[in-house]
Amino acid sequence: MADNPLSSTPIEAWITGIGLATSLGEGPVAHWDALNQRRINVDEKGFAPYIVHPLAPVSFDTQIPKKGDQRQMEAWQRIGTYAAGLALDSAGIKGNADILARMDMIVAAGGGERDLAVDAGILNAEAKGNSAPGFLNERLMNDLRPTLFLAQLSNLLAGNIAIVHGVTGSSRTFMGEEAAGVDAARIALARIAAGQSDIALVGAAHNGERKDLLVLYEFGDFNLKQKFASVWEREKNNGFALGSGGAFLVIESRAHAEARGAKPFARLTNVVADQARRKHPGDITSTLESLWSKLGSRADGTAIITGATGAEPVTSEERAFLRAHSDLPVRATGTMFGHTMETQFPLGLAVAALSLSRGALFPPADSSGQEIEMSKPPTQIVVIGSGHWRGEGMALVEAIR
Amino acid sequence: MTATRDKSGRPVVVVTGMGVVTSLGSGKTDNWAKLCAGESGIRTITRFPTDGLKTTMAGAIDFVPVEPFSSTDLSERLADIATEEAIAQAGIGRAGDFPGPLFLAVAPVEVEWPQRQELGRAIGPNTEINYDEMLRVSGGGKFTQYHRRFLFGSVADHLADTFGTKGSPISLSTACASGATAIQLGVEAIRRGEADAALCVATDGSVNPEALIRFSLLSALSTQNDPPQTAVKPFAKNRDGFVMAEGAGALVLESYEAATARGAKILGIVAGCGELADSFHRTRSSPDGKPIIGCVRNALSDAGITAEQIDYINAHGTGTPENDKMEYLGISTVFGERAKQIPVSSNKSMVGHTLSAAGAVEAVFSLLTLEHQRIPPTINYDVPDPAIPFDVVPNQARDARVTAVMSNSFGFGGQNASLILTREPI
Repeated sequence: MADNPLSSTPIEAWITGIGLATSLGEGPVAHWDALNQRRINVDEKGFAPYIVHPLAPVSFDTQIPKKGDQRQMEAWQRIGTYAAGLALDSAGIKGNADILARMDMIVAAGGGERDLAVDAGILNAEAKGNSAPGFLNERLMNDLRPTLFLAQLSNLLAGNIAIVHGVTGSSRTFMGEEAAGVDAARIALARIAAGQSDIALVGAAHNGERKDLLVLYEFGDFNLKQKFASVWEREKNNGFALGSGGAFLVIESRAHAEARGAKPFARLTNVVADQARRKHPGDITSTLESLWSKLGSRADGTAIITGATGAEPVTSEERAFLRAHSDLPVRATGTMFGHTMETQFPLGLAVAALSLSRGALFPPADSSGQEIEMSKPPTQIVVIGSGHWRGEGMALVEAIR
Repeated sequence: MTATRDKSGRPVVVVTGMGVVTSLGSGKTDNWAKLCAGESGIRTITRFPTDGLKTTMAGAIDFVPVEPFSSTDLSERLADIATEEAIAQAGIGRAGDFPGPLFLAVAPVEVEWPQRQELGRAIGPNTEINYDEMLRVSGGGKFTQYHRRFLFGSVADHLADTFGTKGSPISLSTACASGATAIQLGVEAIRRGEADAALCVATDGSVNPEALIRFSLLSALSTQNDPPQTAVKPFAKNRDGFVMAEGAGALVLESYEAATARGAKILGIVAGCGELADSFHRTRSSPDGKPIIGCVRNALSDAGITAEQIDYINAHGTGTPENDKMEYLGISTVFGERAKQIPVSSNKSMVGHTLSAAGAVEAVFSLLTLEHQRIPPTINYDVPDPAIPFDVVPNQARDARVTAVMSNSFGFGGQNASLILTREPI
């Protein structure tokens, strides 16, 4: 909290808590097993022709005990509040009022979950000629649930985490699709590295099972349709399959972690981001190359976990970047988890930290040859996030030996 | 020679450019004149039919044409106007090449009713409209521009492109504290030495039917529609809610060292930022006021000053029964007996509540207060509330010696942020 004389040498930051609730299940063990079994959970029927990765069943009561709280949230907030609770549990600080009261929080969020029936009802009535001035007003006044607004507001995921889990040191919500997830981690790390913060909860949540969101991305023809394939095998049928999931991390200074006897999953060494203008072919590739050079030293035993979406042209541009580093094993979270938008980068960080703590990279989930086996334990994992429309980011996560 | 570092050894952060647009007008000169004259920018809404609404007025900005209207398009235009003014005043960088990052406070973006209705029409007659049908007509390139427009990052994307800010632009929301948070992020980046300059912008163009109805359903808005100019009554006993308003504020922040090195005129100092989240309720403050008290204390501590050194408070002062009461509790706890003497005024009595923009708009007004040594009033203050014995600078602007201002912002979701702004480095 105290923004005291800034540290001249960066303070080391550890990932000490991971909270995951996704289409593959909840918690580190379930995720590790699923990744190693190459499990993928897609729904090709419920939203046909669109493909989504639905949230695996979770018992929200275990992290959000009050039904009243659950009722105040739409799905994306419930998923996020749940995953945030798992992260606090994982770090061993759930209910630790002293730490939670000074814990910083940066959430990457979308929002705006619609009441689909209300929207359709109004549009149908209008189509039948109800176009009197004030008709929309009257229907919205009558049909909108008063609390729906709170379930739509972007900053109310953080608000709910504060209410349910008591994280109150600070509360900041970043918006802006994939880049918001990168920047949440980047700013949280920068603050810890500079001594502006000791411990932070960082993450995001996404409900991919939403027709209103599919509409937004369908405007730009970004949705994967008809047939599922790994993100590297979508040349003829490109796009992303939205995924549901929440990913939260507890990041803290090494000294803070050691003082409370916390065990780290991994070190978060660096997070860098930029926004290519994407006006010319190759812009994204060269931005990724430039971020790569800013990221810091790389040792033997480096792997890459990317949030590549499967949308074009960005996925091809990222492949061009990866070709220049073809000796490194790559894994794409988009294949296993779908595209969880703001959540994809925190999800990549979580999976990277999990892999480093397990001393192994999980096997490839792709038959295109892009993903190769890694036999030795990874020492470093570079997490990449290239937004489907804007934003590029990279993080260096390292094993603590 | 002034020190380039503050008491804590961090780079001093200064303001070298400011821009503002509100329902009172465009630019600092116009806004300041009208603020000091006690004018209201609140009008009866003409942008859309108000039939059946309990609240029919707002501080809407209709002098900036946006056709066809969307709140996101208006937000973007307002941000452009404020940013152009701020960068021109700062005289920093070159056109389209701002030498630092962008922090943008912006309302959550969403597809709005005109676009939804357009989809409904595209489905055609004699077909039951539902989201499956809407999905069927959404693709194929007919509505590509709506993907670009209604991404959450779209306004920041446009500003970054137009003004050439560096790195990944950050869009943020901390509800009604967003503008203050944007400034805080800029201050922190400069203190860390990541940047010599930062562009902090906050914008809101949310006066549309659904946004108004959402606040109305939460019983947050004033319903004293007639005359609209008297609707916002911060700290008065007859206050009954806030009034939605539009606006934008932009600040160019620089390290003192960088600003003086290039010979820039320094408009003021951002001496401290404080924040603290409230876990009590989604829309209400903790009844003990602890989060607000802690936020104010954090800001003072960050600035390295005591409450005695603050000589004006630019209040959040929304005019809701709850907010104003809680703000008094917070300030009186920290300031003690001085809470009754120190001037505390609410710009919102005149410009309305500019929501995501408010923190930056009011920071600009606070800096103008320091520059002009004149405190804008709280208008519509005719019935004092004995439970809130503030000196609200009632109805008339006042000349005063002002060296340090506290500007408060509190929002739904337990968001609290306070800024300390001064003339000179502390």
